[in-house]
Amino acid sequence: MTTLEIRDLHVSVEIENGTKEILKGVNLTVKSGETHAIMGPNGSGKSTLAYSVAGHPKYTVTSGTVTLDGENVLAMTVDQRARAGLFLAMQYPVEVPGVTVSNFLRTAKTAIDGEAPKLRHWVKDVKVAMSNLRMDAEFAERNVNEGFSGGEKKRHEILQMELLHPKMAILDETDSGLDVDALRVVSEGVNRAKESTDVGVLLITHYTRILRYIKPDFVHVFVDGRVAEEGGRELADRLEEEGYDRFLKVQA
Amino acid sequence: MSLLTDKATTHTDPSSLASGAAVPDVSRGARKTSFDVADFPVPHGREEDWRFTPVDRLSGLFTDHPTDGLGTGSEAASVTVQAPDEVLVSTLAPGDAPRGTALVPADRAAVVASAQTEKALHLTIPAEAELAEPVRLTVTGHGAGRRSNGHCVIEAKHHSKAMVIVTHEGSADHTGNLEVIVGDGADLTVVTLQQWDDDANHLGQHDALVGNSATYKHIAVTLGGAIVRINSNVRYAGSGGDATLLGVYFADAGQHLEHRSFVDHNAPHCTSHVTYKGALQGQSAHTVWVGDVLIRAEAEGIETYEQNRNLVLTDGARADSVPNLEIETGEIIGAGHASSTGRFDDEQLFYLQARGIPERDARRLVVRGFFADVVSKIRVPEVVDAVMEAIEIELSQATE
Repeated sequence: MTTLEIRDLHVSVEIENGTKEILKGVNLTVKSGETHAIMGPNGSGKSTLAYSVAGHPKYTVTSGTVTLDGENVLAMTVDQRARAGLFLAMQYPVEVPGVTVSNFLRTAKTAIDGEAPKLRHWVKDVKVAMSNLRMDAEFAERNVNEGFSGGEKKRHEILQMELLHPKMAILDETDSGLDVDALRVVSEGVNRAKESTDVGVLLITHYTRILRYIKPDFVHVFVDGRVAEEGGRELADRLEEEGYDRFLKVQA
Repeated sequence: MSLLTDKATTHTDPSSLASGAAVPDVSRGARKTSFDVADFPVPHGREEDWRFTPVDRLSGLFTDHPTDGLGTGSEAASVTVQAPDEVLVSTLAPGDAPRGTALVPADRAAVVASAQTEKALHLTIPAEAELAEPVRLTVTGHGAGRRSNGHCVIEAKHHSKAMVIVTHEGSADHTGNLEVIVGDGADLTVVTLQQWDDDANHLGQHDALVGNSATYKHIAVTLGGAIVRINSNVRYAGSGGDATLLGVYFADAGQHLEHRSFVDHNAPHCTSHVTYKGALQGQSAHTVWVGDVLIRAEAEGIETYEQNRNLVLTDGARADSVPNLEIETGEIIGAGHASSTGRFDDEQLFYLQARGIPERDARRLVVRGFFADVVSKIRVPEVVDAVMEAIEIELSQATE
């Protein structure tokens, strides 16, 4: 059983004329096997939360704590966080020219596990995972994210989630830019990972449509850098009908 | 005809136009070539072809001076040749053909190297011979600042197939000409490895004359030396010739590594592909690439593409990159060029680290990836291995 705990997290970024606080005291607890949806309007700080937990250097944590089973995540380097079991499926994965998917996956797996995977099993695992995500075999020989379509990038992110077996996965708008078919394929991948590894999932999304495929246990509404309302699955249904207006009005 | 230009990143140095000192050529083809030392004064650094080079540190290579220790048995540099039995090894005096047919000196360093080499090494690969093993030429410098002149003529007779690997090591102030004649239908690869010690200086002119339907590949790998400048030039002796010029370089603090190429499309239906890639790290690491291509009126049906990419790993390094394409006929298949110089991308680093890969390994992966396409074009396993190993060493020195 793993617990990710975020307590009173404040995060700011450098802007042209000074600093701007984006997260203003976030509290959140995610346990193994749970799926939490974080929903909210654009600019509410959802992605900042994802990147701050992963350790992107652009974001400065000014106060608060993030722990994984009691270990101080904020004191870890980006790669240490990943090796501790955190995974971030990115909204805009970057290209790495000249590095093939196959080489990248093997290097990441070796780093996470602390030893090279057994070749025969690994090749088979990759093959099966790719085929489950409806990815062509030749995909493995392409360079990481180079010339990938939006859908291919997202499948590739979920492929990594399935192969690297994280304890906690943060999915940053994995549904954005996907058509219905791709959304279903990607969601199936997340559900497979949930079933096979008991991974805790923090699902960041603007829309409710992905929640038809990945059922959240908890829904948190994010407004202006903090959680404005929390509830069960029914909160998502309500948001679908009413939109975010109610929260934005309160703010105004 | 298609014209592909990487507009966003193409770099033309405006200072060359503004200074008034450097007068651009009317045409690249009109630049002076001569065997007479007097035709090339010692450069002062404002000339078009020397404007990036630290000429003030090269006076020892511009003097019309013989090789130090010549004839004493302890020359400034020694040359060893290891060649399969079929290869004929001899020497050529100035004026003895084929010496002078492919290479006419085009700058001060090349003209003194030519004038001061009484006996040019002459390697002949006989017609239709296919060499199972490469010819290996090793130039070993025996002392920093000691002057060494060299001129070597490589002649691949018609329909032969061979590879020549020239390795430069040790230290010297070396001017070296490489004159290459690729016979009709021949397939010749010339690899030049600059693995000099840190205090060596090397100026080289490598000229090839590519025959009818011949294939020529020139691969420059420059890792060592204080100042290294290799000019790799191609002309065609008939139609249907194919030339590929590749370069890989890695400059550390204080190093000046310069590569220039000139492909003179003077014949129809020929092709040329030029790809140079380099990485830079450390204070005042400096690399220069100048790629000239001239498509003459008679060069109908040709295809050419040249590109240079630089990856700047640290602050304080500088990469100059200048592609020049001169077109005198539109009746061609295609001509294009691209040049870019980018800093190490921290977002790539974040992405890889977010997958558990430690920073040092992530950097290595990115740099290896950067070189991957040019290295895959080399297709000479021992050279590929040497390059990748050298890159590993450069990177480990940076992070220690």
